[in-house]
Amino acid sequence: MNRAIIEIRDLTRHYDMGGETIHALRGVTLSIHANEYVAIMGPSGSGKSTMMNMLGCLDTPSGGEYWLNGQEVSRLTDDALARVRNKEIGFVFQTFNLLARASALHNVELPLVYSGVPARDRRSRAIAALTRVGLANRMDHRPNELSGGQRQRVAIARALVNEPSILLADEPTGNLDSTTSEEIMRVFSELHGQGQTVVMVTHEPDIAAHAERVVVLRDGRVESDRLNRGAAA
Amino acid sequence: MPLLEAVRMALRTIRSQKLKSFFSLIGVLIGVTFLIAVVSIIQGMNVYMEDQFANRLVGLNTFSLRQRPDIVTGAVKEEEWRSWFRRPRITYADARYVKEHVTVPATFAMFCSDRQTLSFEGKQAKDIELRGTEDSYFRIKNVDIASGRAFSEQEVRTGQAVVVIGDLIAEKLYAGVDPLGKSVVIAGLPYRVIGVAAKQGTLFGISMDKFAVMPYTAPARRWICPHNVLDELEIRATNPADVQVAMGQVEALMRSRRKLRPDEANNFFLQTPEAALDGWKKISGILMTALPGLVAISLVVGGIVIMNIMLMAVSERTREIGIRKALGARRRDILSQFVVESATLSLVGAALGIATGIGLAFLVKAVTPMPAAVAPWSIVVAVILGVSVGMIAGVYPATRAARLDPIAALRAE
Repeated sequence: MNRAIIEIRDLTRHYDMGGETIHALRGVTLSIHANEYVAIMGPSGSGKSTMMNMLGCLDTPSGGEYWLNGQEVSRLTDDALARVRNKEIGFVFQTFNLLARASALHNVELPLVYSGVPARDRRSRAIAALTRVGLANRMDHRPNELSGGQRQRVAIARALVNEPSILLADEPTGNLDSTTSEEIMRVFSELHGQGQTVVMVTHEPDIAAHAERVVVLRDGRVESDRLNRGAAA
Repeated sequence: MPLLEAVRMALRTIRSQKLKSFFSLIGVLIGVTFLIAVVSIIQGMNVYMEDQFANRLVGLNTFSLRQRPDIVTGAVKEEEWRSWFRRPRITYADARYVKEHVTVPATFAMFCSDRQTLSFEGKQAKDIELRGTEDSYFRIKNVDIASGRAFSEQEVRTGQAVVVIGDLIAEKLYAGVDPLGKSVVIAGLPYRVIGVAAKQGTLFGISMDKFAVMPYTAPARRWICPHNVLDELEIRATNPADVQVAMGQVEALMRSRRKLRPDEANNFFLQTPEAALDGWKKISGILMTALPGLVAISLVVGGIVIMNIMLMAVSERTREIGIRKALGARRRDILSQFVVESATLSLVGAALGIATGIGLAFLVKAVTPMPAAVAPWSIVVAVILGVSVGMIAGVYPATRAARLDPIAALRAE
């Protein structure tokens, strides 16, 4: 098996809400290896979203360890975490989260702006990423001039442009119809086929079925972790 | 993130919300407009006062010996004013004495003037400045003759009834007729027109062509230079470097002639172009002192407006901030984005303010007799002020933006 990209040991996260402590994660241990395609499932309140924020380095754990690509990231400062998000993680959100006033090309360039890539390289890399998701002819369109599927492809191109260790998708088809969902899932499968590590948080079994491995959370703990035999390669 | 990138990003945001941006920078725009317009007008006045007012009324390298100041541009105390009138007048003898004893090369012209009515065949030109002087006057004051000639030394010596008229009088009394050789009646006495002076235009909207020049010895002298007294003796040093020397000599000559003790003040006055500007300098000094306060008020208001707009922008764009943070923007990237956006907004306001300020100054120049000239330093100041107001106004909203939690920001509507 490939080396571990994600190593999580006994990860906990609790919030104080008006004096009451909410335990979102109660000790999760998980490792994800390079070029795995993992779906994280669970009912609402299972800690799915918290897990997603942890994996995406948007939040820091209350306890435990999180090693991402050989680096312990659970105790990093805000700015160091920003660095990690920029280099190691490509986010794909349910609501696309594109900048409405910027063109597809500029949206894709954005992570490169924050990693200090010079303008010329930025442009060519963004064009390459958009070409990879089949949107080479839509580069100058703004999000509101694109269909839902196209917007999500822009978001995927943006997630890929900085060659992250993991592609982290949060309900990527939640705002799409079933035909478009299939199309987007095909894109994920293709990227996985090209060697990309993909982690996807979803509550839809149909979508999770595309992954090789399904991790189910319940009450802040891993309930099950199994390989998905029927997954399309 | 490099500065250029941040500025480009800011301009993109400003462009995408033109109207809102315009309203937010209007305070800075007004402040800078005011700064540029006022400075331009003051600057224009300075240039105008020196080039036109002082040098035209008094003359280049020229000063005059007078009983009291002629051109008073500031406030003078009643007492002082009265003391001027108690002084002895400048006499023909004083003038001759000075002429003979000044050692540096110079040209002199005895001079006096008064308001008179000129008439020709039933037409009248009232309130004309009738000047009685010597032939050298035309050289000292650079009075060009458009047609005909100036009067000669001989005509001065023999007291001929000849006159050189200003352009406006030629127009008024001799419309469609060549005035040369025609007669004109001044204070009831007949004169012959021998020359017409070149048109001089206006000064503060007042025509400079409403004058007539005659020999100070001519028959109408009793109306304008009574009892051997002069209004002034005009003195022009041949070399500009000699002006101060000549003034020193004239002062010493007059003091000794009038037997003034060392502790006594001069009881005569040397009018120079600089002295004519004293009052104006006082006025412009006051304006220049008050200006920063006035500009500061509008810039503070402008800064508060921008700060509010930026606070609004931060809450409107919370999600954008969340996205940027998720994609790897550090606190300082977000901070600089909003500070630069605020500064750019303010700078755009300053740039528009510079344009409207210049426009306003030239509008004033076009519709009023007031001149205008843009001072380059005021543009530099405006740009610096614009950027700093924007930066200061942007710091607080930008800090709030930079501190946003990415998870909460991403969840924002």
